[in-house]
Amino acid sequence: MTKQHANWSPYDNNGGSCVAIAGSDYCVIAADTRMSTGYNILTRDYSKISHLAEKCVMASSGFQADVKALQKVLSARHLTYQHQHNKQMSCPAMAQLLSNTLYYKRFFPYYSFNVLGGLDSEGKGCVFTYDAVGSYERVGYSSQGSGSTLIMPFLDNQLKSPSPLLLPAQDAVTPLSETEAVDLVKTVFASATERDIYTGDKVEIVILNASGIHRDFMDLRKD
Amino acid sequence: MFRNQYDTDVTTWSPAGRLFQVEYAMEAVKQGSAAIGLRSKTHVVLACVNKANSELSSHQKKIFKVDDHIGVAIAGLTADGRVLSRYMRSECINYNYTYESPLPVGRLVVQLADKAQVCTQRSWKRPYGVGLLVAGLDESGAHLYYNCPSGNYFEYQAFAIGSRSQAAKTYLERKFNNFTASSREDLIKDALIAARESLQGEKLTSSVCTIAVVGVGEPFHIL
Repeated sequence: MTKQHANWSPYDNNGGSCVAIAGSDYCVIAADTRMSTGYNILTRDYSKISHLAEKCVMASSGFQADVKALQKVLSARHLTYQHQHNKQMSCPAMAQLLSNTLYYKRFFPYYSFNVLGGLDSEGKGCVFTYDAVGSYERVGYSSQGSGSTLIMPFLDNQLKSPSPLLLPAQDAVTPLSETEAVDLVKTVFASATERDIYTGDKVEIVILNASGIHRDFMDLRKD
Repeated sequence: MFRNQYDTDVTTWSPAGRLFQVEYAMEAVKQGSAAIGLRSKTHVVLACVNKANSELSSHQKKIFKVDDHIGVAIAGLTADGRVLSRYMRSECINYNYTYESPLPVGRLVVQLADKAQVCTQRSWKRPYGVGLLVAGLDESGAHLYYNCPSGNYFEYQAFAIGSRSQAAKTYLERKFNNFTASSREDLIKDALIAARESLQGEKLTSSVCTIAVVGVGEPFHIL
């Protein structure tokens, strides 16, 4: 008798793309606002971005129910941290917490592909990129989600991040200015929207810098 | 206070129908340094007299933030107070996680009281040696509760606990009729005057006295 396969899956993919770029004193995190299932659109106006701590923002694509649960868990853990340490979690600390939280469900994973962006303790931009079970790495820029295969090569071409294997270690942050980085993000999403059916409607762009957090929206093709 | 025939453990009644261990625990509260709470229609103020072991040591932390809308001041065994605060914080976080809304103060104090009651009916436990003044805001308005080691709790317009609290209580009894309509500043002033009463002669300085406020549109914070 051949092995029986499940007639139901606990997962669904709601599509969408996320991007984050780290600068010398800023970080840009962006995600489209389209939520879909199969070939249908559920809504054009759903935020995939979560403001976890003062200097730490997460964008997640994948199964949004798992994303929501993950955001809630991290939010609750951050509150506990604040009670115990009397301060906000730093972005690198939150990065480790996210990794541990994802691996905790190694054998029934959160179907969530995350990019974490923020400012490190020196005020420099930092971006962390994850897989679904918590493997992570600090990088200068990253993209996740349905459009990442279209976006990532373009970012590689434009941002030319040095190899993390180089010695002495070179800074991964981009020399671009904040406005140039935001323009790059807008270009990248407009391009991804053309060919990825799951990316479109609007892109939500969050900029974290010394003066705080700023949120912007840009319309994308709705087809 | 020499009644040691029936006071060995908390699960032994005295012939007069008293649990002496519980009463001794309430004595511990009376020995602790004073904590005062007052409530108006829109704000609740907590004031604490901070004892320091010696000139060289820091002052005891007696006011804890439990959530944005709830704070607590303690008198008695501060270690027990710290543990109970951690429990209260955890309950608030879990409630918020499940219901995405703040835990109503009345629910929290009942849970706290039930937790205290358990320690009065187990031979291997001892009652918590700390009295808690729980100040909070919820949909039904501003609240001030007092939780005893016995597992009882009462709601108050104004109350004081700890050593020399009778002086503060006398002052509060004179003025409490006006508290409901008090402004935030007047409430804080009354709290400070009540604290000064319980200091009886000692100078009221910011190192000796701590004040915390929670109100409509104002999350709980220590001033």
